[in-house]
Amino acid sequence: MTDKLASQDPGDVLSAGADKFTVDGLDFFYGAFNALSGIDVRIKEHAVTAFIGPSGCGKSTFLRCLNRMNDLIPGTRCEGKVRLDGHDVYGPGVDPADLRRRVGMIFQQPNPFPMTIYDNVAYGPRLHGMRKRADLDAVVEESLKRANVWKEVKDILGRGGLTLSGGQQQRLCIARVLAVEPEVLLMDEPCSAIDPTSVQKVEDLMAELKDRITIVIVTHNMQQAARVSDYTAFFLQELAGEAAHLIEFDRTATLFTTPRDRRTEDYITGRFG
Amino acid sequence: MRSLERVDKRLTNGLALGVIWLAAITTVAALGAILLYVVVNGIGSLTPAFIFTWPHGVNMEGGIWPTIQSTVYVTALAMLITTPVAVLAAVYLAEYAVQGRLVRTIRFAADSLASVPSIVMGLFGLAAFVEGAGLKFSVLAAALALSFLLLPIVMRTTEEAIRSVPRYARWGSYGLGATKWQTVSRIVLPSATPRITTGVILAAGRAAGETAVVIYTMGTMINAPLFPSDGGRTMPVHLMLLAQDGINLHAAYGTALVLVLMVLAFNIVARWVSRRNRSMQG
Repeated sequence: MTDKLASQDPGDVLSAGADKFTVDGLDFFYGAFNALSGIDVRIKEHAVTAFIGPSGCGKSTFLRCLNRMNDLIPGTRCEGKVRLDGHDVYGPGVDPADLRRRVGMIFQQPNPFPMTIYDNVAYGPRLHGMRKRADLDAVVEESLKRANVWKEVKDILGRGGLTLSGGQQQRLCIARVLAVEPEVLLMDEPCSAIDPTSVQKVEDLMAELKDRITIVIVTHNMQQAARVSDYTAFFLQELAGEAAHLIEFDRTATLFTTPRDRRTEDYITGRFG
Repeated sequence: MRSLERVDKRLTNGLALGVIWLAAITTVAALGAILLYVVVNGIGSLTPAFIFTWPHGVNMEGGIWPTIQSTVYVTALAMLITTPVAVLAAVYLAEYAVQGRLVRTIRFAADSLASVPSIVMGLFGLAAFVEGAGLKFSVLAAALALSFLLLPIVMRTTEEAIRSVPRYARWGSYGLGATKWQTVSRIVLPSATPRITTGVILAAGRAAGETAVVIYTMGTMINAPLFPSDGGRTMPVHLMLLAQDGINLHAAYGTALVLVLMVLAFNIVARWVSRRNRSMQG
């Protein structure tokens, strides 16, 4: 499994473009349970990478390894190397808070804070020391625009974030993350709990954002992966109670049309999962 | 056979419902009976003069103002001491401490502290604060002893309130690069505040009605305390002494009524705060 990527044709498209994240030999444990094993992956800068696979295949767990969100879950452990721009994110002296500012995260369930729309977006900049009202105003407007939700909320910035619809809440959360200008945006099934119109808007904004931001999205919707991503990684846990593996990683077009692995083909043609 | 079983089931169901209903009614009836008893006996004494004037003679006549002032003073001071300590301890337990034996031990200690009989707490307060620390019979000594009684109560309700803040809200904050303290102070505590407030108010009700602790730490002298070093007599203590002497039972019932109304008001305010919270988050 570990030499799968190494065995690829050296002229492969995967060697083109800068790597934002490089992951080598990652193993992840929930207590004694080895949930992920031998993950090697390169995440390209300024591209959208999708993680697909059946429920429980560890794709969300792996996503949280990239910004050390798993540190918040007691009893978990991560082995192997995760590098961001060549620097080990689990290395000594790395402050997880700094890492998470650079590598923002969107969750499955929209989670606005119980405060106004404005304060939700201003929360991050304020954390990092922005105080001037004019600066905050500018960041709030800019972020809401980039998150494709400005038009809907520009007249109600003083209203509670929780009063918005689910889809608007999710875009508010995206604006909140964009306000701290992350280099990478991790999205954990961002569209599974929101309405179709908002799904469209989120997919549109992903295409707009990738000029400046590297995006990684976990989705159980293969059509969505095919629509929005440039690269796709297929994860699979073959037997319950055993570790999940990265089965195949390739350009999205290639993976969906000519998968190299039989298991990938079975999954994308809907034979299981 | 089958139909018999069905009848049997229906009967059991009906019986269970009846018993449960009876239990619920008993609870309400108990409160109702006490309120009725206190109101019927106390309402005659309840005049502005009774509330706002001092007692005369051997408490034969006059009002209860100094005891109200003593009660409010000691309750407020006890809450002022208890709340920050209890909240910070709860934050430590819920957010910082590694969940394990130490935390379980602290929790067990808190629960045990909460179940120490208040008369024992009174004796401890007498030894530690009144005599040991040389505070004499004073509002401060009583407030300190009361805070021992209230600490575990406020701490546990605060801990529950903190734990009930959804994990997703914390993750949202951490995901923006917030430190633990930033997340706790800007997201977790504000979200938990209404429930913490409810716990604090209920604890204040408990403090206002406490007798055994204050009698040994604040004394029984009728006094309107101005400084924390002053002594005084709280309403429950006044009530107890009046009832014991049996000279002025009217004043005893009047005091009881004022005390019950005060504690009831605490409960109603606590409910209102938690209601308002629920409607705001919804």
